[in-house]
This record gives sequence, structure tokens and C-alpha cells, in this order.
Amino acid sequence: MKKIYGSAAEALDGLLFDGMFIAAGGFGLCGIPELCLQAIKEAGTKNLTFASNNAGVDDFGIGILLQTKQVKKMISSYVGENATFMEQYLSGELELEFNPQGTLAERMRAAGCGIPGFYTKTGVGTVIAEGKEHKDFPNRDGEMETFIMETGLFADVSIVKAWKADETGNAIFRKTARNFNPPAAMCGKVCIMEVEEIVPTGSLDPDAIHLPGIYVNRLIQGTHEKRIEQRTTRTKEAV
Amino acid sequence: MPWDRNQMAARAAEELEDGMYVNLGIGIPTLVANYVGDKDITLQSENGMLGMGPFPFEGEEDPDLINAGKQTITELNRTAYFDSATSFGMIRGGKIAAAILGAMEVDEKGDLANWMIPGKLVKGMGGAMDLVAGVGRVIVVMDHQNKKGESKVLKSCTLPLTGAGVVDRIITNLGVLDVTPEGFAIVELADGVSEDEMRAATEATIV
Repeated sequence: MKKIYGSAAEALDGLLFDGMFIAAGGFGLCGIPELCLQAIKEAGTKNLTFASNNAGVDDFGIGILLQTKQVKKMISSYVGENATFMEQYLSGELELEFNPQGTLAERMRAAGCGIPGFYTKTGVGTVIAEGKEHKDFPNRDGEMETFIMETGLFADVSIVKAWKADETGNAIFRKTARNFNPPAAMCGKVCIMEVEEIVPTGSLDPDAIHLPGIYVNRLIQGTHEKRIEQRTTRTKEAV
Repeated sequence: MPWDRNQMAARAAEELEDGMYVNLGIGIPTLVANYVGDKDITLQSENGMLGMGPFPFEGEEDPDLINAGKQTITELNRTAYFDSATSFGMIRGGKIAAAILGAMEVDEKGDLANWMIPGKLVKGMGGAMDLVAGVGRVIVVMDHQNKKGESKVLKSCTLPLTGAGVVDRIITNLGVLDVTPEGFAIVELADGVSEDEMRAATEATIV
């Protein structure tokens, strides 16, 4: 069982094809698979569909694949910080499917758990519910309530970023950089994980693993820029 | 005098009870954290954190530690981290006692619009639809009227909805209103605001 690859390009070799569907972890620029995104840019794969909470900024994250027009469609909850995105969306070059954030996370998680669809009350009575199956179920108070059906997102490839992993892919995330990475990792046929450090198998506490290595097929270690999108601070005097 | 932003935030903080887990939206709702006083409130950030702390000191920013507005923040000794599916599991599952959020429009049926204006740039709903559908109590904090002086408290929302029948209470610069089956009920008026002024500034039915 060899999971460790030398680079993102090596890890992605043989997996990329035009028109494919990729699930990516990250929230804003936090915990994004920077190395895989750069390697996909260099590979030049086209007509990509991405399930990712955000679309990065113009020159970082998925934004670098928008600049090269490699993305056909985004499935996201919020795309506010990206002028390239807006340009391509308004000109009709780029398709956009808005999903409520929790629905997006659950669509990934569900697919990874072999659940092709589920019912939720998120979005009932809004444009999100249009064209979707509505069904009444008892809610947590025992009262009948209307829910809509959402489907699992089965991705061709998942690209995710963790803090540390052992050689078998057992992974630990750090603080809020965990975000969409576990559900995104779960929903792909093949999952590529990039980490800041690969540690020897046996050196992580088995009780502290956030994502078991069963979800990780290919693993790479590399240096991450980890750009901050909105640097907010307080001064010591203010305390 | 109608309430200013900080007075609205302070009034919203009165809605919170000891022991509550709460999600605060961006804008005025963020200020609510400054007014919880001695109450034991745990703030959720829907990108995967319970126990959100204040902004870091300069030089101590951590790119792995941000809130749902993508701002750098800090952790507390009670903090717990989790993934986005778990985060929205606790939201959808009704474990978060209350959400305090801003709005463009609210109507007397409790419908809320705060995510898109047709014809304008649409950024997305983020976690707003999940929050209003899932949390125990939805409290809206907003100005009573828009910049043109038109009421944002309506008989029926004109903008695309974030949620239908989801709002429990609204706190505006003019006072506090509850959504009831018959229309809005006045709970409180801001200091110096008369009931007539409240009614005149409100398009919706006030019972």
C-alpha cells in the first residue's frame, strides 16, 4: 500500500480528464488544497466542475483556474471575493449552482456515506426548493413539516488539505482549516490529500485522528502559502 | 431618539440567556458579542468552531483560525473545532439556540430576505438559509427603513427569500417587534419613539 507521492502532479497523474467533477476542501482561503490546484492549472485540464464552498480570490485558490478558464461550473454557497468569477459568470462563460452551505456539506458527506439523497428543511419556500421533491415528515417536535430532497454529490476526484497525516493517510486538521475537508475527502472516487507534514505511522494518537486513512488514496507533503483573506486584529491597549 | 447600531446590538444581547449556544451574523449582529456581559454565551462560527474568541493581537494572526466572515480570530479555553457537515448538523438539528442576523426585508409572515437582489451581483447565501431553517430562534437586527426611507418591515417580502416563516423577533432602530399569527406585535419602542411613529414607518400590519 503506497499512498505517498512526490508531488501534486505525480499524485494527480492518470486521474485528470476534461469535463471531470472535483470536490475541493477549504473555506475561503483557509485549508484549501493549494498544491493540487496549482498542479491542475499546470496540467491544463478543462471544463471542470468544482464543488467547493467558495471560488477563491482572483490569484489564489480556485481563482487561478478561473483565470485560465479551466472551470465550466461551480457548486458553491458564496462566491463574493472574486472579480474574475463575476466577469465570467455575468458573460455566461461560467455556470453557477448556489447551494446553501450546510446542504453543500451534507451533499458531500452523504455521497461519501453511500446516501444518494436526503431531506432537509433548508431552503423550503425559497428559489433553492424550485423543482425539488417536497415531502412531509414529522419534525423533532412530532409535527408534520415539509422538507425538500437534496442529492449526494459523487465526485470523480477529491482534493483536500490537512495539517498532518501518517503514512497510511490517517489525518489531523488544524483549527478551522478542517471545514469542508473531511466531507470533500469522503465524496470522491479517489481522494488526494496534501499535508504540511507526513509523520511516521504509529506516531499519531489513534484516538485523535480526524479523518481515517481509508478516505485517503494519495498523499503528498508540501509547503503551503496559507494566505490570510481578512487580517483582523485588536491592539493590546484596547484590552 | 431611535437606537443607534450599538444600542440595537445591546438590545439584541438582552435576548440571550445564560448557557446559550448562539450564531451571530455579520454587521450589527457581530457587535452583540460586546454586550453579553456576565452571561455564559458560546458563539458558533459555522465554518467549524464553537467558542469563538476575539480578534488576535497584531502579529498573532493564524491563517488556520478564521470566522465565517473569513476574519482572523482566536480560540478560548472552551473551544471545539469540527468539520462543516458536523457544524451544519448542529444548526439543522436545532442545537443552536438562536441566530442573530441582519436582513434586507422581513414580513409579517416571518419571511426573511437577506441574500440576493435580482439584477445586482449575487454573492450567495452562504450558511444563512441553513441557519434560519435550523436554529431555535431567529432574531433579526436591522434598520427599520432603507436608505430611501422605505419600510423594510413589510406585509410581504419583495426580494427572493432566505427562509419562509422563520423569523421570531425583529429589533430595529425604532424598537422590538414579534411575528405573531395576526401580524407584528410591538414588544418595545426605542426611547423617544412613539407608537404612531413606529406604525408610520412600518408597511406591515401591526396588531
